[in-house]
Amino acid sequence: MSAPFQRHRLTPWILMAPQLGIVLVFFFWPALQAIEQAFYVEDAFGLSREFAGFANFQAVLSDKAYYQALGTTLIFSLAVALGAMSIALLLAVMADRVIRGARIYRTLLVWPYAVAPAVAGVLWLFLFDPTLGLISGLLGNIGIGWDHKLNGVQALALVIMASVWKQMSYNFVFFLAALQALPKSLLEAAAIDRAGPWRRFWTITFPLLSPTAFFLLVMNSVYAFFETFGTIDTVTSGGPGGATTTLVYKVYQDGFVGQDMGASAAQSVLLMALVGGLTWFQFRYLERKVQY
Amino acid sequence: MQRAFLLSSLGITLALGACASSAQANTQITWWHAMGGALGDKVDQIATDFNASQENYTVKPVFKGNYSETMTSAIAAFRAGEGPDIVQIYEVGTATMMGAKGAIVPVYQLMASADVDFDPEGYLPAVTGYYTDPDGNMLSLPFNSSTPVTYYNRERLEQAGVEEIPRTWQALGEALQKIVDSGAASCGLTTTWPSWVMLENYSAINDVPFASQANGFEGTDARLRFNRTAVVDHIERLTQWQDDGRFAYGGRFDDAAPKFYSGDCALMMGSSASYANIKENVDFDFGVAPLPYDADVVEQANNSIIGGASLWVLDGLDETHQQGVAEFFEYLSSPEVQADWHQYSGYLPITQAAADLTREQGFYADHPGTDVAIKQITIGEPTENSKGLRLGNMVQIRDVINGELEEIFSGDVGGQEGLDEAASRGNALLEKFESAHQ
Repeated sequence: MSAPFQRHRLTPWILMAPQLGIVLVFFFWPALQAIEQAFYVEDAFGLSREFAGFANFQAVLSDKAYYQALGTTLIFSLAVALGAMSIALLLAVMADRVIRGARIYRTLLVWPYAVAPAVAGVLWLFLFDPTLGLISGLLGNIGIGWDHKLNGVQALALVIMASVWKQMSYNFVFFLAALQALPKSLLEAAAIDRAGPWRRFWTITFPLLSPTAFFLLVMNSVYAFFETFGTIDTVTSGGPGGATTTLVYKVYQDGFVGQDMGASAAQSVLLMALVGGLTWFQFRYLERKVQY
Repeated sequence: MQRAFLLSSLGITLALGACASSAQANTQITWWHAMGGALGDKVDQIATDFNASQENYTVKPVFKGNYSETMTSAIAAFRAGEGPDIVQIYEVGTATMMGAKGAIVPVYQLMASADVDFDPEGYLPAVTGYYTDPDGNMLSLPFNSSTPVTYYNRERLEQAGVEEIPRTWQALGEALQKIVDSGAASCGLTTTWPSWVMLENYSAINDVPFASQANGFEGTDARLRFNRTAVVDHIERLTQWQDDGRFAYGGRFDDAAPKFYSGDCALMMGSSASYANIKENVDFDFGVAPLPYDADVVEQANNSIIGGASLWVLDGLDETHQQGVAEFFEYLSSPEVQADWHQYSGYLPITQAAADLTREQGFYADHPGTDVAIKQITIGEPTENSKGLRLGNMVQIRDVINGELEEIFSGDVGGQEGLDEAASRGNALLEKFESAHQ
C-alpha cells in the first residue's frame, strides 16, 4: 500500500501544502509572536518596547485572579466535557433504537451544532434573564431566586448549560455513528447468553465506543478551553466577580479590553503549555485504556 | 465577482478622474466611531451634512463596534500603519491615549496650525476638564458626554405617596422604604454602570477623592483612595438596602435597565443619554432628577462627572488631512450641530452656546427633565475631586471594582473588605501603568 507514496516523495507534501500553509499562518506565526511578546513590556500603541525577561510571567503567576481563573477553567472544562459527552451518549443510545422517524430525531439533535456560540449564549440568556427570563420566572414561582448577575454559582451553571447544549450535538453525531458501526453479532451473542441490556451496554458497547469517547474527550477539552469564549462573553462577560472568567477569557480581557499585551501574551503562552500538556497526558495515559 | 466589481469601479474612477482633473481634489477623512443604532444614523447624518456644506473634504464615518472594540481596532490599525484619521475613544481610554504621545495629534495643536476658529473657553469646563493636559490644553475633542441622573417611575411614586425625589441619600432611604413598604414596587432603586455611578460620581458629588494626585490629574503615581472615604459607608448602605429590597443590583453596563423598564424598580440611576431609550421602552410616566448627595459628608452637591467619549486625531496625517479634520471639528462644535446632537441623543451639549441655543429653542420646556444633566454638571466650579478621573488601565480597574461590588452585594465579603481588595488590585494596575509610562 505504501509503495506508491515512497516513489512520489513530493506528492504528499504538495497535497498537504494548503493545510500546512493555513496552520503556519494562523497558528505557528501568531504563536511565535505571542511567545516573543510575552517577554516584553509595551504600551498599547507599540511606541515603546522594553525587554522585561520573565516579569510578565511573574506578574501573572503572582496574581490571585489568575488562579481563580485557573480553578474556574478546570471546573468549567470538566463539567462541560463530561456533561456534553454523557448526555450525547444517552441521546445517541436512545436515537440508535428509534426506527420510525429516526431521521427527524437525528436532525433535531444535531441542530444546535449549527448555532454560533454567541447566539447559543444569547438564547440561554433570554431564558434565564433575572428580570425577563422565562425559566428564571418559573424558578421564582417555586421559590428559587435566580440572579446570575450576582450569584457566581448560578452564573457558572448557566454558561456550563449553554456550552454543553451547544457541544452535545457534535458528540451525538460521533457516538451515533460509532454505535451504528458496532458489530451486531457481538451484541446478539451476548443476548443469547442472557446478558441484559444494561450489562450488554457496559461490557460490550461501552468498551467498543472507547476510541470514539477518547477522541471526543480530547475535542471537548479543547472546546471547553477555547471555543466557549463567545458563550461566556455574551452570557456573563466573565462576571459576577470573575466567577465565569476562564483562562482564555482573561487573555481577552487583559489583552483586548485592557490593552496589556505583555501580560496577555504571557497568559496565552501558559495556556498553550497547559493545553498542550493536558493533551499529551490524555494521549499518554488515557489512550492506553482505549481498546481499538 | 468581487474582482470584477473592483475592476469596473477602478475603470469608473479612472474615467471620472480623467474628466474631473480640473476640479479640486477631494480629500477623504475616515472617522471610526462606536455609535450603533439610532446614534449611528445621526453620526452618518452629521457627516453627510458636513460633506454637503463644503467640497474639499469628505468625512466617511465607519462603525467599528462597541467602545473597546473601536479602540482596539484603532490601535491595531495604527500599529499596522493604517489607522483612521479620527477615532472615537471612551473616557476611560483617555489616559492610554494621552500616554501615547507619538501616536496622536493634540486637538489644540491641530486647531492652531489649521486656520480655523477655535475657542476652548466656549466649552463646558466639566466636560473639557477630562480631556485637557495639566497646562489646560485640549487634547481631544469632546463629542458625546453624559452624566448619570436619577430616573423615576411617577406612577410607582404616587402609589407610595412619595411626592418628589429627595436631594440627599438619607432622605432617599426613607422614600425608598415607603415605596417598598407600601408594595408600590418590589424594588426601590437600581443602577446601571455601578462603578461609574456609585463610586466615581458619588466621590465627585460629595467632594471626596476617588484617587490620590487629584484623581490622577497630577501624576501617574496616583493610587486609589475610595476604600478610605465615605464611599465605604455608601456601599455598605447599599448592601443593607439590597437586603431589605430598597436597592437591587442589576449587573454591569446598562444591564440593569430592564428592571426599571418592567416597573420592578421604581428608580434607576443611569446615564443622561439613556433618556431616548427609556422613553422608547416604558409605557409609564417617568421623570428625571439629579443624583442625590450625602448629607453626612457635604452640605451641598458638587458637580457630577462625565462619561462618554471624545474624538482623537491619530498622527501621521499630511497637511491637507489635518486641515480637513480641523474644519470638520469646527463644524462639529458649532452650536447648531451640537444642539441638534444633544436634543436627539440626550448627551450633554459640549459648549455653552449649544446649551443656550437649546434653551432658546424651547426644548427643555417641551421635554421636562432633559436639562437636569446639564444643570448638575455645571452646578459650580469643579474641585480637585470633581474634575474627572485620569487613571491608566481604567477599563480594567472598573472591571475589578464591578467584580468586587458583585461580591459585596451578594454578601460574600463585607463592604470594607471588598473595597480594600478592589483598591489593592486596582493599584497594582496603576503601578503597571506608571512603570510603562515613565
